[in-house]
Amino acid sequence: MRIRMIEITVGAFMLAGILALAFLAIRVSGVNLDRSDDVYRVTAVFDDVAGLRVRAKVSMSGVTLGRVSAIEIDTEFGEALVTMELNSSAGEISNDAGAQILTEGILGARYVGLVPGGSDEPFVDGDVIDSSNTQGALVIEKLVGDLVTRLGA
Amino acid sequence: MIRYLRLLGQSALGFLESLGRASMMWGLAIWGLPKRGDFSILVKQIYHIGVLSLVIIGLSAFSIGAVIALQFYTQLFRFGAQDTVGLGLALVLLRELGPVVTALLFAGRAGSAITAEISLMKTTDQLAAMEMMGIDPLQRVVAPRLWAGLLCLPMLTAVFNVVAIWGGSIVAVDWLGADRESYWALMKDGVLLWDDLVLGMTKSVVFAIVVTWIAVFQGYNSEPTAEGIGLATTRTVVVSSVAVLALDFLMTLVMYGDFQ
Repeated sequence: MRIRMIEITVGAFMLAGILALAFLAIRVSGVNLDRSDDVYRVTAVFDDVAGLRVRAKVSMSGVTLGRVSAIEIDTEFGEALVTMELNSSAGEISNDAGAQILTEGILGARYVGLVPGGSDEPFVDGDVIDSSNTQGALVIEKLVGDLVTRLGA
Repeated sequence: MIRYLRLLGQSALGFLESLGRASMMWGLAIWGLPKRGDFSILVKQIYHIGVLSLVIIGLSAFSIGAVIALQFYTQLFRFGAQDTVGLGLALVLLRELGPVVTALLFAGRAGSAITAEISLMKTTDQLAAMEMMGIDPLQRVVAPRLWAGLLCLPMLTAVFNVVAIWGGSIVAVDWLGADRESYWALMKDGVLLWDDLVLGMTKSVVFAIVVTWIAVFQGYNSEPTAEGIGLATTRTVVVSSVAVLALDFLMTLVMYGDFQ
C-alpha cells in the first residue's frame, strides 16, 4: 500500500512538472501554436536605425503587426535594411505604406511604425519600402549637434 | 621552495585524481540504470528527492516571487511602469533565480541527504556487503540517485518558476493593484521561448548533473567514520553551492553575453 502511495505521488509530481513547463511555455513565453508560417517579409530601407533591435515590434496605429526579423547594412549606399515579418492574419496593408522608427515612451524600446498608404495593391512577400518613404531614428546627439552649429552660425 | 612546489603538485595531482575517480564513477553509474527491475528503486528515489522537496521549493518560490514583485512594484510605480512587474519578474526567474535558487535548495535538501545516506552505507559496510553478494553498488545505489536527481531538479525548477510567478501576481495584481491583463500580456510579449525558457531550463539540467554528481561522489568517497559522514555532508552543500553559482555566471556569460 505504501509503495503504491509513493508511485502515485511520484506520478503526480512528474505530471505537475510537465504541466508547469507547459504553463511556462504557453502562458508565460506566449508560444503561439497556430502561428507557423503565415507571415510575409517586407524590407524597409532606413538612413539610421540607431537602437532598433532584432525582434522589435512592428506596428501600425498602435496595433502590433509583426516583428523585425533582421537588420543588415547596405555598404554601397550606407543604408540600413530592416527586414520585417508581418502576420498575414492582420489583413492586407497597402504597398505604398511608409515606415518610421519610433520610441515607446521616453525610455522605451525602439520599434517600427508603419504609416498607412493609399494604394489599392497590398504588400506581398519580398516588397521593399525605399528610403524616400521612411524616416529613421531621431538621434538626440545629432539633433543637439545640429542645434549647436545653427546657433553658432 | 622545492617543498612548496611539491605541495602544489601534490594537491593538483590529488584534485585530478579525485576528479578522475568521480568521472569514472559517474560514467559507470549513469549507464547502470536501464534495467527493468530497477524501476521501483528509481521511483522511490524520485519520491525522496523530488516529491519531498516540493514543500520547501513551493514555499521559497512563493515568498521570493512575492518579494521581488513587491520591490519591482514600488520602484517601477515611480515611473508609472508598474504593469511591467510581471515581465521583469518572469525574466529574472526564468533566466537566473529559478534555476539557481532551486539548485541551491536542492543541494541543501536532497544533496546532503544523498551524501549522508551513501556515506552511512559505506561506514556500516553495506556497500562492501553488496559487492560481496555480487550486486554492483554503483548500479544499485548510485545510479538511481543520479537519474532521480537529473529528472527532479528541472521539474522542481519549472514548479518553482510557476509558483513564484503566481506569488508575484498575488502581490502585484491582487494586493497592490497592477492591471491583471497587462501583467500577463506584457510577460507574454517580452518572454521568449528559446532565449528565456529553454536556456533557463538548460541551466537547470546542468545544475542537476553537477549537484547530484557531487552529492553522490562525496558520499561514496567519504571517510568511513562518524566524523567523515559529517564532513562529507558539509562538503556536498558547500562545494555544490559554489559550483552552482560559478557555473551560473559562466553560463550566463555564454548564453547572454553577446552584448551588441
